[in-house]
Amino acid sequence: MPLPADVRKDFPLLQRELDGKRLVYLDSAATSQKPWVVLEALAEYYRTYNANVHRGLYRIAEQATLAYEEARAKVAAFVGARPEEVIFVRGTTEGINLVAYAYGRAHVREGDEILTTEMEHHSNLVPWQILAQERGARLRILPLREDGTLDLEQLDRLLTERTRIVAVTHQSNVLGTINPIRTIVDRAHAAGAVVVVDGAQSVPHMPVNVRELGCDFLAFSGHKMCGPTGIGVLWGRLELLEAMPPFHGGGEMIERVELERSTYKSPPHRFEAGTPNIADAIALGVAVDYLRGIGMEAIRAHEKQLVRYALAQLGEVEGVRVYGPRDPEVRGGAVAFTLEGVHPHDVAQVLDSEAICVRAGHHCAQPLHRRLGVQSTTRASVYLYNTPEDVDALVRGLEKVKTFFGLPRA
Amino acid sequence: MLEELYREIILEHYTRPRNRGRLDPADIVVEGANPSCGDEISVYARVEDGVIQDIRFEGRGCSISQASASMMTEQVRGKSLQEVKALIEEFKGMMQGRPAEEGRLGDLMALQGVRRFPVRVKCATLAWMALLQGVREYESGRRTTVTASTEDEL
Repeated sequence: MPLPADVRKDFPLLQRELDGKRLVYLDSAATSQKPWVVLEALAEYYRTYNANVHRGLYRIAEQATLAYEEARAKVAAFVGARPEEVIFVRGTTEGINLVAYAYGRAHVREGDEILTTEMEHHSNLVPWQILAQERGARLRILPLREDGTLDLEQLDRLLTERTRIVAVTHQSNVLGTINPIRTIVDRAHAAGAVVVVDGAQSVPHMPVNVRELGCDFLAFSGHKMCGPTGIGVLWGRLELLEAMPPFHGGGEMIERVELERSTYKSPPHRFEAGTPNIADAIALGVAVDYLRGIGMEAIRAHEKQLVRYALAQLGEVEGVRVYGPRDPEVRGGAVAFTLEGVHPHDVAQVLDSEAICVRAGHHCAQPLHRRLGVQSTTRASVYLYNTPEDVDALVRGLEKVKTFFGLPRA
Repeated sequence: MLEELYREIILEHYTRPRNRGRLDPADIVVEGANPSCGDEISVYARVEDGVIQDIRFEGRGCSISQASASMMTEQVRGKSLQEVKALIEEFKGMMQGRPAEEGRLGDLMALQGVRRFPVRVKCATLAWMALLQGVREYESGRRTTVTASTEDEL
């Protein structure tokens, strides 16, 4: 089931040229581009039914409430969840922090353990460090194998009766590694721990179903899946959410407020204090419609082909070293690499002069880069709108980098 | 546009950095870091009678940070700490867009082009921030290894 050939036409930004050169956008792991339908949904909300949700008695307020709750239902269906389990947050980072704060503080005590991994983005590491320090708990780390996959043989040793939370990414934003969440979940549950999954790099790129994953929490970001910035999702198992204390206190999340105490609404509203990000939530619902229209299976298959091609082409460039698994079956579309003799900043700068957008740095994964023995890498990442021509442009760009810095060309 | 950033003298310092290495013992030892990209640089200096007698740097970084460090070591050797601080001020000023006095910065003027690439300004100032921290520590009478970050107030 191939992608429609004209999918690029859906993305106005991709029509841009810089200095007469076609824009080659290879940074979707950082943020994706947005299709027209999403941009129009944003404008339509503000232009025609902008009103606060859940309170207004007038018709446009009802329309806004309906659209907001419809978006929640769309997002829930997208990951195989129930609407009341879907909490709108700012993004993956806020989602994970919500779990660390509301679930973590209620369940993690002195001497308990939190297990995370060596490949995490800072957003799935730092909140757990903070929680562990606050509660006097111990943070334990599942290491990486040489091939860029998690060393699952160490999992049983690291899971103990004190483990309360296992926090793991579904797909590495640097190595591209897709982790076997189900296996980790089964073992973590057997040890009595809950599993928090960072889905920032997986939900936009492949079919994800929370019941199949079996995890307890899943956080992801709207802006990496064709939606706007500032909106994301925390999914949580309903019975866990129901037992959780609130995150932020304020309007919208209460039932009855007295001067001394209050009672709180049920999930998801208990965790959505204050006026929510209405416009962006609605637009995220439209992004989900857009992605479902194309098909997540088709997107995954397209990216797999692109990654296979990119790994082969980059392998031909003298001096390039790619990190992460080689097999496209077990990896996603983020490809981090180094070019011998040229710093990633300089690589990205010269590529920019060719209108090629890649990322250079530690990609918010400093411990992982330390493990890989490099300070930083250059990362190219693909999405549904990328083509083999984009990969070809990258390879040509790298030859220009080598020429510019006086390295021998292939 | 690229040529504006990567002036010939910058690439020359990058491929043939001056004063690379470490000094032991040293009166000033600073470990500088640019958290936005993970680059790290160490600056070592010997001070006698308030004058920088010797200076070295080591660490890995991009062409801009390495060239800037290399050029800095050439410029500050033999200068008094007062002069060094004034030069750092002048350099910071240039990076923030203040017009620089032609004579004082010499070759460093080649780094002016970095200003048009805001993300790279931190690359260029990394070594300078480190040296400034080191000089301050030295003048405070402490002789410990200090750290500096490009996130610190310039």
